Amino acid sequence: MTLDPVPALNVDPLIDDPTTRIIVCCGAGGVGKTTTAAALGLRAAERGRKVVVLTIDPARRLAQSMGIDSLDNIPRRVKDLDGDGAGELHAMMLDMKRTFDEIVEAHADPERAEAILNNPFYQSLSAGFAGTQEYMAMEKLGQLRARDEWDLIIVDTPPSRSALDFLDAPKNLGSFLDGKFIRVLMAPAKVGGRAGMKFLNVGMSVMTGTLGKLLGGQFLKDVQTFVAAMDTMFGGFRTRADATYQLLQAPGTAFLVVAAPERDALREAAYFVERLAAEEMPLAGLVLNRVHGSGAARLSAERALAAAENLAEPRIVDQDGGKEEREQGQLPDSPDSPDSTADAADTADTASTVSAASSGSTASSGSTASSGSGRPDARVSADSSADTSADTSGAQQLAAGLLRLHAERMQLLAREQRTRDRFTALHPEVPVTEVAALPGDVHDLAGLRDIGDRLASGDRPAGAA
Amino acid sequence: MSRLQVVSGKGGTGKTTVAAALALALATEGKRTLLVEVEGRQGIAQLFEAEALPYEERKVAVAPGGGEVFALAIDAELALLDYLQMFYRLGSAGRALKKLGAVDFATTIAPGVRDVLLTGKACEAVRRKDKKGRYVYDYVVMDAPPTGRITRFLNVNDEVAGLAKIGPIHNQAQAVMRVLKSPETAVHLVTLLEEMPVQETVDGIGELRDAGLPVGRVLVNMVRPSVVDVPVPTDVRRTDLAKALSSAGLGGARKGGLAEQLVDPLLAQAAEYEERVALEHGQRGLLTELGLPVHELELLTEGIDLAGLYRLATDLRKQGVA
Repeated sequence: MTLDPVPALNVDPLIDDPTTRIIVCCGAGGVGKTTTAAALGLRAAERGRKVVVLTIDPARRLAQSMGIDSLDNIPRRVKDLDGDGAGELHAMMLDMKRTFDEIVEAHADPERAEAILNNPFYQSLSAGFAGTQEYMAMEKLGQLRARDEWDLIIVDTPPSRSALDFLDAPKNLGSFLDGKFIRVLMAPAKVGGRAGMKFLNVGMSVMTGTLGKLLGGQFLKDVQTFVAAMDTMFGGFRTRADATYQLLQAPGTAFLVVAAPERDALREAAYFVERLAAEEMPLAGLVLNRVHGSGAARLSAERALAAAENLAEPRIVDQDGGKEEREQGQLPDSPDSPDSTADAADTADTASTVSAASSGSTASSGSTASSGSGRPDARVSADSSADTSADTSGAQQLAAGLLRLHAERMQLLAREQRTRDRFTALHPEVPVTEVAALPGDVHDLAGLRDIGDRLASGDRPAGAA
Repeated sequence: MSRLQVVSGKGGTGKTTVAAALALALATEGKRTLLVEVEGRQGIAQLFEAEALPYEERKVAVAPGGGEVFALAIDAELALLDYLQMFYRLGSAGRALKKLGAVDFATTIAPGVRDVLLTGKACEAVRRKDKKGRYVYDYVVMDAPPTGRITRFLNVNDEVAGLAKIGPIHNQAQAVMRVLKSPETAVHLVTLLEEMPVQETVDGIGELRDAGLPVGRVLVNMVRPSVVDVPVPTDVRRTDLAKALSSAGLGGARKGGLAEQLVDPLLAQAAEYEERVALEHGQRGLLTELGLPVHELELLTEGIDLAGLYRLATDLRKQGVA
C-alpha cells in the first residue's frame, strides 16, 4: 500500500457552508452523476438547508427513489426527510421546450410570442436538438438562482458529447449573435425583399440565394421570421447567459467532478479538471464512485490463487489442517516438497466426496439438518469432532471458490488503484472522496442517504489499496 | 446482414469498444469495413492505438484473414463544407459562409443540421461504389450517440424533411431516411447487466420501434465470468472452512489464526457476489423478454487493448453477430 498524499474532500463542510449556493456535478456518462447530485441534495437538506436539485437526466428511477412519480420543470418537494425539519429538498428535471417557451413568453409581447411559438423552426429548435439543452440548463440555473428561494442549488450537467459543453453555451450564443450571419438572415425579413438586398454586398446576396437553394425557400423564410421575432430577445438571452457564466465563476459555486475508477471516466475527469481551471471555475474536488474494497486485503491475489490451486489439487493438500508454523508470505508447497505426503487412498476418497458435494448439498453430514438462517457464518459449529470427509471436501471446495473470488476482487482493487494513481499523478492537488460500490441500484431515500453517508465519510472502502 | 450497423448504448457501457470490435469482426476474411465516429471524442483512435483521426477515412487495422478496417471521425463543420463542395461546387462560397458564421450556425445552433450531416455522411459511405460498381465498403459501423438520444439522432432527417419541404436538403434528408429505415440498417444497443443500463435499453428499443427504425441486437458487454457456485453452500462449518484455508497454506485455523481471520471477509465477499449474480440474473431475464437476439461479451479485466479488441471480435464472430 502506497503512502497517500491526496487531500480528502470533505463534503459536509461544503454543503453546510451557507455561502455555498451552487454545486455543479459534472463527469462522463454512466458514472453516477445524477445519483451523486440527488444524494448530496438529500444530505444537505437533512442537515438543515433549503435545497433544489436540478437534474438533466430523465432517470425515472431516481425520481421514484425520491418519492416523486416523475420529475418536471417545476421543483417538487420531497417528503419524509430526516433531520430537524429546518431543511427542505426540492427536485426538478429540465424540460427544454418548456423552459424555452417560458423565456419567450416572459420576454416578448403576446403577439410576437405567439408568432415565435408557432414557428416551425422554433418548434424543432426548442424540442431539443444538440446544443439547446446546454443553453436551457444555464438559463434554468440562472432562473433558480435569481428566485433566491433556495439557499443551495445542486445541478448535474447534460450528458453531452463533452460534458463541459454547457460552459461553451454563452460563448457559442454570443459569437452567433454577434456574427454577420444573423444579419444576413434578418435582412430580407426586416426590410423586405429586394429593397433589403440592396444593402447587402454581392457576396451576401449570393449567400442568401445559396441558402434558399439549399434549404428550400419556405424553410429559409421560417428561419428568417424566427430570427426577426427573436431579435428583441436575443440581447437579454446573452446577457443572462453571460451572467450565469459569471455566477459559475463566483465564490459560492463549487464544482464536483464525478468519476468511477475506470480508465475512460478518469481520463474525462482529468479533462474536466483542466478545463475548469482554464475557465477559472472553482473545483471543490473529485467524487470517485463505485470503489471496491476488501476485508481481507492483506491476502494478495497471487497467494489466494495459489492457495485455491493447492486446494483443488488434493494430492498436495496437507490434510491435518495445522499450518500455524508456516511463515506468512511463504508460497504453498510445490508438489515435490516433503510436505506433500497425502497418500493415494486419501486422494481417491476426497475425489469421490467432492463430486458428491457438488451434486447438491445433500452430501453434508446429519448434523446440518435444519439450518436456521442459511448463512454460513450463522452456523458456527462447536463439535469439530463430527468431521467427515464430506465436510472437509465441501469446505475445501468452498474455500477454493472463495479464494478465487477474493483473487478477482484483489485484481479489481489493483486495477482501480492504477487508474486512480494515474489521475492523482496528473492532479495531486485535487481533493478526493471515495464512495464504495453498492451491489445494486438506489431505490429509495434510504439508499440515497446511504450514498450521502458514504460521500461524507469519504472513507476508502476497507482494504482499497 | 445489414450493411449499416449502428451501435448505441448508455454512457459507460463501452459502446465504442463494441463498435470497434464489430467493425473488426465484419472485416474478417477479406472484407472492408468503415468505422464511423460521430461524437468527436477520438475514442476509436485510442482503441486502435493510433493518432487522433483527421476528417479522412484512414486504415486503422487489419482483420484476421486479410480484411481491413477503416475509420473516420466525422467533423460536422468539415462535413458541411465537404457537402457544399461535393454537391454544389461551393468551394469559395463555403469559405465565405464560414467567415459569416453560417457554418457555426448550421453545425451548433440550427436544429438537427449537425445530425443530418453526420447521418448523411454515414449513409453516403454505405452507398458509395467504386468505378467497377462495387461497394467501397462491405459494412459501415457507426459509433452512434447514446441510447437516450439515438432515436432522435437517427430520425432527425424526418424532421428536417418536414421543415425544408423542398430543395436539396429535403431530398437529401429523405434519401438518408430511406437507408435508415430499410433492412440495410440495424441498430444495436450495448448494455451492462445492471439496472439503469437495462432500463434504458428497454426504453430505447421501444422508442426505436415506435419510430420505425430497425432494431438489431442487444449486446451485453463486460459480463463477468462466474467464479464460484451460486448459491454459496451454507452447510459448511466455519471451522471446516478455516481448516481448509489453513491447509492451503494460509495460516492458523484456530480462533484468531490468520486463516480463521479470513473466513468472515471471504464470506462477506461471497454474499455480495451472490447478490450481484441474482441481480444480473433478473436483468438478463428482462433483456430476454425483448424478443431480440441477445449476445454476451466477457469482461476483459485488464482493460481494452488491441489484443482485447481482437478477442471480442473473434467472440462476436463465434456468436454469429458478424
